[in-house]
Amino acid sequence: MKAGVAEARDTEVRGGEESLAAEISSIDFSKREVSIDVRDVSMVFNMASERLNSLKEYFISLARGKLYFKEFRALVDVSFKVRKGEAFGLVGTNGSGKSTMLKIIAGVLDPTRGSVDVRGSIAPLIELGAGFDVELTARENIYLNGALLGYAKEFIDERFNDIVEFAELEDFLDMPLKNYSSGMVARIAFAIATITEPDILIVDETLSVGDFLFQKKCEERIRQLVESGEVTVLLVSHSVDLVRRMCDRACWIEKGRQFMLGPADEVCDAYEAMGEI
Amino acid sequence: MVGAHAYAKAGMQSPWTTGFTRDRFILSQLVGRDFKNKYRRSVLGVAWSVLNPLLMMIVMAAVFSNFMRVGGDIPNFPLYLIIGNVTFTLLSDSSSAGMASIIDNASLLKKVKINRIVFPLEKVLFALVNFAFSLIAVAIVMIWFQIPLSWNVFFVPLFLLYLVGFCAGLSMALSALSVFFRDVMHLWSVVLVAWTYLTPIFYSITILPEFMQRLIVFNPMYQYITYLREILLYQQTPSLEQNLVCVACSAIVFAVGWLIFKSSERKFILYI
Repeated sequence: MKAGVAEARDTEVRGGEESLAAEISSIDFSKREVSIDVRDVSMVFNMASERLNSLKEYFISLARGKLYFKEFRALVDVSFKVRKGEAFGLVGTNGSGKSTMLKIIAGVLDPTRGSVDVRGSIAPLIELGAGFDVELTARENIYLNGALLGYAKEFIDERFNDIVEFAELEDFLDMPLKNYSSGMVARIAFAIATITEPDILIVDETLSVGDFLFQKKCEERIRQLVESGEVTVLLVSHSVDLVRRMCDRACWIEKGRQFMLGPADEVCDAYEAMGEI
Repeated sequence: MVGAHAYAKAGMQSPWTTGFTRDRFILSQLVGRDFKNKYRRSVLGVAWSVLNPLLMMIVMAAVFSNFMRVGGDIPNFPLYLIIGNVTFTLLSDSSSAGMASIIDNASLLKKVKINRIVFPLEKVLFALVNFAFSLIAVAIVMIWFQIPLSWNVFFVPLFLLYLVGFCAGLSMALSALSVFFRDVMHLWSVVLVAWTYLTPIFYSITILPEFMQRLIVFNPMYQYITYLREILLYQQTPSLEQNLVCVACSAIVFAVGWLIFKSSERKFILYI
């Protein structure tokens, strides 16, 4: 199995981007089963007109009959389907609703209207810090984080060395995480999330941390997952280049509305064109 | 490379767990984390879990039997004290930590779909682990004062079940309420102090005025502590009535806590 990994990495390095792009474009995803089905999703937040953080304030406003809420529409009728094995990008400016969409897909937020069907296991790349305990050692954190991601204990036991190897932290295993640099923490997070092949991998800006060598390694690993044709990758990024390089299709969300849905290149071109106006 | 999809095909164990197995693994990892963090860098480490209730008992026994004389006529006062104290500690530790558990894990709950209820429940489990160590301290006191252990000790697991149910209910309710109203967190520490004094931990119920004696039976902690004292201090078999009262308290509080948590947990993410 290990030999297989090495081989796959080798061909990848030699093959370069062009052959991958060619290979991917030759796959017809339209006939594959749908792995993420987003149907007419709208998300409305009730923003309290004033921030009510205490019981007293709450009751005062309630008594005055002033408990107004301002509606904020974070997402309006967004629909798209991601098929199994596809790499799908979400682009948009800050505050456009990408992260809200991601939370709904990850199942931590329920949409106000519409529905999301997700088939299979989801591995989110948890942002720095979340789920880690800085006082614990890397070894302990790998188990803790694995548990939170839904891995079985036996599985982590079995793949522990692979995780350590990928994150390149053999020498620091029993050091508390607070002594790690943020880049090293990111490496562990990435290694844990991608050690298995999840059905769906959610990547949210995680690649922007860590040094360029590790970024490259992460990209390679994601590409490997994409190449396998079995893992659905959902990539959210400001970086259009990354989406263009990695994704087959993309969706551009702006101010909660779905601007464009189509091949990653076209969507990225249009998105970039907006910036030039 | 063996992928998730291939695990099933090859008849291998899937890397993923779901449902109860998953929650159990998370629970054990979180309890382990709290445990390691509690004793990190202390020379005596886990011995503190036994030492702490013992030292606490010595201080309280000295104060209350010499200066304040509320414990003078209670036989085996130190044992009376330590039983009350460790029982109340389980409640205060689990409810305080449980209350903050959802807010403290906000960043995680925003990213990963986890059964949210594991967080308040884990704090109760962790307090229970500490209680188990405290029982060693209780045993030491019993040996010191040569108090015999009767077969009634087999009621201790039942007692723990009642108390854990009660604490879990409180923990769930408080963790959910504090998400919406942070006031709860400030208020609860005051409630706990009041509750400590309204529970006969270091005094006997007989020193209270008569109307207080009638009221105090409605304090569940009085019922639980009396239950454990019956078993360990007086070697009595808890009556059926005592058992029913304890069951009722636990069941009601657990059910209410569960309902509060379950009915509001979907809205947590909007407030954390």
